Amino acid sequence: MRSFDFVAKRVLFAALTVFVAITLNFVLFRTLSGDAVSALRCRQCTAQFKAYQREQLGLDKSKWEQYTIYLQGLAHGDMGKSLRSERPVTEELWQPLKNTMPMVALGTLFSIVFGILIGVISAWRRATWADRTGLWSGLAFYSMPPQWLGLLIVLFVAGALGLPTAGIKDPTLGILGDASTWEVFVDRMRHMILPALTLGLVLYGEYALVVRSAMLETLGEDYVLTARAKGLTNWATVWRHGLRNALLPIVTLVALSLGFIIGGSITIEYVFSYPGIGLQVVEAIDQRDYPLLQGAFLLLTLSVILANLVADLLYFKLDPRVSS
Amino acid sequence: MSAAIQGTAAAEGVDVSAARRPGSIRSVAFHEPTAIAGLAIIGIFVLIALLSPFLLPGDPKEKVGPIFEHPSASHPLGLDGGGADMVKLLIAGTRVSLLVGFCAALVSALIGGTVGLFSGFYGGKTDIALMRMTDYVIVIPDIPLMIVAAALFGRSLTNIIIIIGIIYWTTTARLIRAQVKSVRERVYVKRARALGAGNRRLIFKHVLPQVAPLLIANTVLLVAYAIFAETFITFLGLGDPSVISWGRLIENAFTDDAILNNAWWAIVPPGLCVTLVVLGATLFGQSLEDALNPRLRVGHLSVRRFKVRPLRGKLDSE
Repeated sequence: MRSFDFVAKRVLFAALTVFVAITLNFVLFRTLSGDAVSALRCRQCTAQFKAYQREQLGLDKSKWEQYTIYLQGLAHGDMGKSLRSERPVTEELWQPLKNTMPMVALGTLFSIVFGILIGVISAWRRATWADRTGLWSGLAFYSMPPQWLGLLIVLFVAGALGLPTAGIKDPTLGILGDASTWEVFVDRMRHMILPALTLGLVLYGEYALVVRSAMLETLGEDYVLTARAKGLTNWATVWRHGLRNALLPIVTLVALSLGFIIGGSITIEYVFSYPGIGLQVVEAIDQRDYPLLQGAFLLLTLSVILANLVADLLYFKLDPRVSS
Repeated sequence: MSAAIQGTAAAEGVDVSAARRPGSIRSVAFHEPTAIAGLAIIGIFVLIALLSPFLLPGDPKEKVGPIFEHPSASHPLGLDGGGADMVKLLIAGTRVSLLVGFCAALVSALIGGTVGLFSGFYGGKTDIALMRMTDYVIVIPDIPLMIVAAALFGRSLTNIIIIIGIIYWTTTARLIRAQVKSVRERVYVKRARALGAGNRRLIFKHVLPQVAPLLIANTVLLVAYAIFAETFITFLGLGDPSVISWGRLIENAFTDDAILNNAWWAIVPPGLCVTLVVLGATLFGQSLEDALNPRLRVGHLSVRRFKVRPLRGKLDSE
């Protein structure tokens, strides 16, 4: 029964947070700033056209009415129409989302694997040159602005590796006959690697530092001493007894850094002209396309809330102390 | 309680040095090598910012040669995409970036400190209400929120400072709350209350001085976050168009196609400055926090203090 209570509590909290996020989204875009139509960058728009647009968007109604209409729309999965393309925002966000997901996943995977590896080695070989290298490389990457690291990679690494630095596919691909699935896949990967690497390196810094300090704490615990005393190998002590327990804070950390992952991927996609959600956000800002920006922001917020919920539940599963 | 910590630490054969004594920033700042290094880095940049009126006669954006000119004896870091001297631009950027960093961190510390203090000191319903609010703000992704807010509210330096400050207070609030809750239960605070001290006197005379060092350590960390956040906002073209910051120099290098011109000197230095200051603030802030926060027995950054065993459970203040 306890576990049911816990899960129900977390789900309820997540649902409430979603509601708060939706309301914040409405307040930010509809009441605190001017309205979307006056902000739109458009030279030919006449006053008449703008008045028509306002009516179309329901901006002439009272705030309260607008809020209920907004909630009703969201309940039906309707986030309004992009002012620029006049297409539904959900459609405008779908393709970029499909582009962003694998890139962010690849980058995060890279950072988790290397962060854990280097963090554990650092903690295990503490106060040696290996630890110092791990610590300082982690600190250095942690301190770098992602967009700057991206520029450095374009400048110094891309040429050497012969990888493309912009876009998501080679424009010449498929012109001379149909490209096979394998060729398309390779082309996608080639375009994805550098942005994913940038994101991965930035995150790697933070993960390595946290894994290191979590491991240091764990390796000082009595059960690690016991494991050593009963003659387990270093390998078994560190990976099976140490890391197992140090993994808990890492789960929380990955969830907590999701806001940063998303923020970082916005600037990284901009640097690499990678057509994902981040680039869509940049373009929406550029053209003052508020409905699109609003939709993108809501999407990002909801994904973070969802990830936090997943992390909470995972934590519950991993740590028996929470449930008992 | 403080004696108990030291007693346990001593029993475990740990050096009860200056860094151990809660509440003394000075001892940490001058004894921990990482803290000294961090402080030195910040100090140098602050000095540059303060001296910038003397170092920079005239307009830093003035065109002094062809665009993206290579570094030379007269212009050691070359020229940027507008033909302005990179060294001058960097000095001008130092001033603005540090200003944003310190002011935004101050706003955050003020909000977070107040929320944490009230929440921890009064407890009960105040605590629940404030912490609920904090929980909600923590979950909203900070950087996208800043970007959206900056896009909606116009491009001025003050706006950026306020936006960053208003979003980054949550961790401070939680940290301070936990600390205040433990201080509030200490015997001398209870004695003062028994002697008839009012809430205001208790807060300002007994609680605040105890949590102030931790608040300062946290503010130093916030400076790093704020400088970082400024480069994000500015990179997307949402910075104040009239001022030069490090973030803006990175943005300029990108939009002026420094990469196509192979002009590494326009790209590398501004980002390096950000990295150095963030590193410095992290080193300093983290060492202070490690030393001052009894809940973090194992230093995040220290290489040597690994033998200190966590005192979790004995010191549970929540």
